[in-house]
Amino acid sequence: MLSGTWSRWQRFRVDNELAHLFLHSPVAIVSALVATLAVLAALLAPVISPFDPYDIGGIDLLDSLLPPAWTPEGDARFPIGTDDQGRDLYSAILYGLRLSLLVGVLSVSFAALLGVTLGLIAGWFGGWVDALVMRIADVQLALPAILTALLVDGIARGILPDGSHDRLMLVVLTVAIGLSLWVDFARTARASTLVEKRKEYVQAAIIMGMHPLKILTRHVLPNILGPLLVILTIDLAVAILLEATLSFLGVGVPPNQPSLGTLIEIGTGYLFSGEWWIVLFPALALVTLIVSVNVLGDFLRDVFDPRLR
Amino acid sequence: MTAFIARRLLQAVFVMLVVSLIAFALFRFVGDPVAQMVGQETSLADQARLRASMGLDDPVLVQYGRFLQRLVTADFGYSYRTRQAITEMILSRAPATIELGFVSLLVSLIIGVPAGIYTAIRKHGVLANAILILTLVGISVPTFVIGIGLITVFGVQLGWLPTFGRGDTVALGGWNTNFLTLDGWRSILMPALTLGVYQLTLTMRLVRAEMQGVLKSDFIRFARARGIDYSSLYLNHALRNTLVPVITIVGLQFGGVIAFSIVTEAVFQWPGLGLLFLDSIRYVDIPVMSTYLVLIALMFVTINLLVDLSYALIDPRVRLPGKGS
Repeated sequence: MLSGTWSRWQRFRVDNELAHLFLHSPVAIVSALVATLAVLAALLAPVISPFDPYDIGGIDLLDSLLPPAWTPEGDARFPIGTDDQGRDLYSAILYGLRLSLLVGVLSVSFAALLGVTLGLIAGWFGGWVDALVMRIADVQLALPAILTALLVDGIARGILPDGSHDRLMLVVLTVAIGLSLWVDFARTARASTLVEKRKEYVQAAIIMGMHPLKILTRHVLPNILGPLLVILTIDLAVAILLEATLSFLGVGVPPNQPSLGTLIEIGTGYLFSGEWWIVLFPALALVTLIVSVNVLGDFLRDVFDPRLR
Repeated sequence: MTAFIARRLLQAVFVMLVVSLIAFALFRFVGDPVAQMVGQETSLADQARLRASMGLDDPVLVQYGRFLQRLVTADFGYSYRTRQAITEMILSRAPATIELGFVSLLVSLIIGVPAGIYTAIRKHGVLANAILILTLVGISVPTFVIGIGLITVFGVQLGWLPTFGRGDTVALGGWNTNFLTLDGWRSILMPALTLGVYQLTLTMRLVRAEMQGVLKSDFIRFARARGIDYSSLYLNHALRNTLVPVITIVGLQFGGVIAFSIVTEAVFQWPGLGLLFLDSIRYVDIPVMSTYLVLIALMFVTINLLVDLSYALIDPRVRLPGKGS
């Protein structure tokens, strides 16, 4: 069991280093706080938001396009104003954050599951399996993420019967965004597996007759978690960005559901008539969220890639 | 070397075959092509005749072969929505996107290279750090938010620049260009900047990293010892040695710029290929969708191939057996 204790010791050391570096990086702490706040706001949206943007009965069209509360024409009920349908912008942003994070987490999980599985298999078995997976990755790399996402969305529109698209929106977005992000996971998992496979502890496990599946999940996977975590974080930012972009383009979340992208899209219609708050606040929320996730990703990359230090 | 080129070519051909297969499957199996082409009053017998004349009753492999044959001769069929020949639609839209991509790369070089040099030389300066933080914001702000921000400032508040469309263009043969009128230049500025921001941050970071590497090398140290003045040292000696990888990467980005122009074109209603593709998604216009897919993939594969081959020419390590793939 020498190999087991060694790897556990190494893991302990890296964990400790992570905590140490984190506590000494103010930028990382601030962005982690912001990200945590965003997650809490998203989780608690139904509890803390003053209005329910999905409840059509609670919306009054007479309240539409009200400016923020601190301006002369503002209404105290709506701290940062209302949109064109009279929805409270603050509540809509909270629910939008919820949807953005949900789609982001789901699609990145999907991409990670698909990519890591394929990468582990390709790296472990080599030969034609490896060649096949990598050639599929080549094809995927010839299609930029936004194109893949749009394409899957378009295909879903063509295949699904009318009306069901809105109900299956979450699934469609998850698959569309997930499929455009899996390659990074697959390549990293494959490369790390190739390295780990040559190491003594894995060789020992092979000689002991351990099942490949068990070696991959118990030994290889835990030791390649670091680089995968970096991609996971960076791709979360990319996924949130893609969701917002698709919704902004009008092919993501249906317009009656508040998502940060759709709110910004609604707001652009009022740029010239002076209702600046509809576009400004959702955009600020979106950018803050993405920046904080990106900064965390950058921090993790610096920690796990010693060459950068 | 020949083996290396042959292997890379084979891989490229394989990728294009798979992409064309996806495009074919899209065309053939997403929705019914015949139902899309005929009106409701067309009789079933007429539909069957049309189906037969289009060859849709033949074995799938035969149909795929025919599809490939048409692709190779640049015959992409007809749009479901506008009934126009897709080849014509693409040709009339392409100049707008190519010019937009070109100007945005130019913008990214004009701003990105000096900024990269500056941040490499003044490593710990306040301005250099500010620029670096700005680049992180630059990659985090979605393209459409950048576009909306520019429109708000320069279009709505200041009223300096037009906020949508190409403005006045001049037709040179079949090519409508923005570059010959003042209005054309004014119209292209904001979209090009929007599209170029991501490339700009990339160029800047790359120039900075390359410059830092070169500045540490011996020949720079000797040049410094010889007392060469700083502007000549940085610009003639150091910069020249960083430009090859920078230009390669920027060239490589051209495919990405064309593909990502989808979002920018939507924000500025720029009548290019991206807007055409977006409309095809909205209206499930499958032939246009699959054509765009094939074209973008072809562009990426060609650019990647050229870059791989040029690297192999320059750096023999790339083509050593076992190091490739």
